[in-house]
Amino acid sequence: MGYLVHSDVDRALMLERIGVPSVDALLRDVPSSLRLPRLNLDRGISELETLNHLRSLAGQNRVFPDRMCFRGGGVYRRFIPAAVAAVTSKPEFYTAYTPYQPEASQGTLQAIFEFQTLIAQLTGMDVSNASLYDGATAVAEAAMMATVQTGRHEVVVAGRLHPEYGEVLRTYAAGRGFVVLEGEESISTTTAAVIFQQPDFFGLLIDAPDLTRRAHEAAALAIACVDPISLALLAPPGEYGADIAVGEGQQLGMSPSFGGPHLGFIACRSELLRRLPGRLVGQGHDDAGRRGFTLTLTAREQHIRREKATSNICTNHSLCALAASVYLTYMGPEGLRQVAEISFVRAHFLAERLASLPGIEMAFPGADFLFEFPLRIENGGDRLQRLSGLGILAGLQVGRWYPELRDVVTFCCTEVNDPGAIDELVAAIGDGRA
Amino acid sequence: MGERYYTQSHEWVLVEGDTATVGITDFAQSQLGDVVFVELPDPGKMVEAGDNFGVIESVKAASDLYCPVSGSVIEANDTLGDNPELVNADPMGRGWLIKVRMNGDPGPGLLDEMGYAALVGGSL
Repeated sequence: MGYLVHSDVDRALMLERIGVPSVDALLRDVPSSLRLPRLNLDRGISELETLNHLRSLAGQNRVFPDRMCFRGGGVYRRFIPAAVAAVTSKPEFYTAYTPYQPEASQGTLQAIFEFQTLIAQLTGMDVSNASLYDGATAVAEAAMMATVQTGRHEVVVAGRLHPEYGEVLRTYAAGRGFVVLEGEESISTTTAAVIFQQPDFFGLLIDAPDLTRRAHEAAALAIACVDPISLALLAPPGEYGADIAVGEGQQLGMSPSFGGPHLGFIACRSELLRRLPGRLVGQGHDDAGRRGFTLTLTAREQHIRREKATSNICTNHSLCALAASVYLTYMGPEGLRQVAEISFVRAHFLAERLASLPGIEMAFPGADFLFEFPLRIENGGDRLQRLSGLGILAGLQVGRWYPELRDVVTFCCTEVNDPGAIDELVAAIGDGRA
Repeated sequence: MGERYYTQSHEWVLVEGDTATVGITDFAQSQLGDVVFVELPDPGKMVEAGDNFGVIESVKAASDLYCPVSGSVIEANDTLGDNPELVNADPMGRGWLIKVRMNGDPGPGLLDEMGYAALVGGSL
């Protein structure tokens, strides 16, 4: 049998069977102005020519060295041990698509199970799923869990959730018929969930235990959106009683890559297990008593529960989840803590240095932060542009989302920003006109 | 002993005074296959006849449960949390789902044993 099933003969037979003269005739309802007359593609180029072409395209990118990047805003440059790529590039993992059959895919299923275990341990929650697309969709999925669980149709965003996560949340809400309210003063007995981000979008620490308590006083669920690296220093959501913990896992072994693919994680208390969206791998035993892994509790999912399912998510970001598993396993609790401590120390060092320069001050003096912080900067836009010309990707102007904070710029530091890089930034930003 | 009635959607209800016990029929459990989870309302919840009061999941399907009577839920069968298979083993007895304090008579449209037997083709 030919590999390409649609030969000219096949096509002619099919058209004849349905009584249509040509494929074009099938498309006559599409206005001709919307149709391409004919694609004039080149004959094709060799592998060598293709590589050269791609290199020249890539050469047009502005690439800042990791150590000179001080911009976070939800995506961070961190050191990625070589072990991550060594494992994720194995073809057994790399090329496989939805390999969920237990009789054929024990390795993949075990890797997912270990990811779930690591996320549950990191967040202090009972159970994690096999991963979601990114932090934004994880927030939205958690909100849907809460509306289904409570039968209520309002969620409250308390404090500064990443604005783009908020947009995704409102998109989901519009489709699912719930509303998103802003501000903790909106918490009431009709609230399904209180959603907060720790640290918040500016990098500042919030009183997450207090918001959790206030959610529970309204019989609502508390959804904590957390930075996974921060959990090496902060109490995990499970410890202060949050019901669902979500977040963006990009920092756990993934490069920024123009914004994806990244990694959403979601974990919850066991009472909410039946509401958890997406794939879930469980550990069991085969008939000879040997340990094995298999998808479990699939009756939650859309292919069985249909419209009664919490979510239509039937997949996950397995390869990204694997990268996170390798990263967390390789680092271990001590390594993760070291990463967090180095980032914390450098970010505070940088904040102190920058805030001592003329025309620059802390935007929220006295507010606690970990790795990222907001500064008020005179002529911020001009300075950022000048730094960019010097090969330094400095902070993120938040005025795009907060018009009243037009002169506020957030900076971040991770372990990749060495003291020399910090010196260079401080010298360059204070150089010339303030 | 009270009166037992049936619904078109394969629930049974046993009425004793103003208390109604609700479950699914043997026919329903045989069609569902192995029951793996039953989602039931908390006591205190008000239900109307015809309302969806929970979901039953088997290895094959997830189905809504419809309440044959109106009133307030006074008890849900907690033993099903760890032993959902009781619904298969003893659907008309230990596999009951909820008890409801009725605020009126059972709704119209319920079937008696003969009517239900006719519906499912003779076997109860």
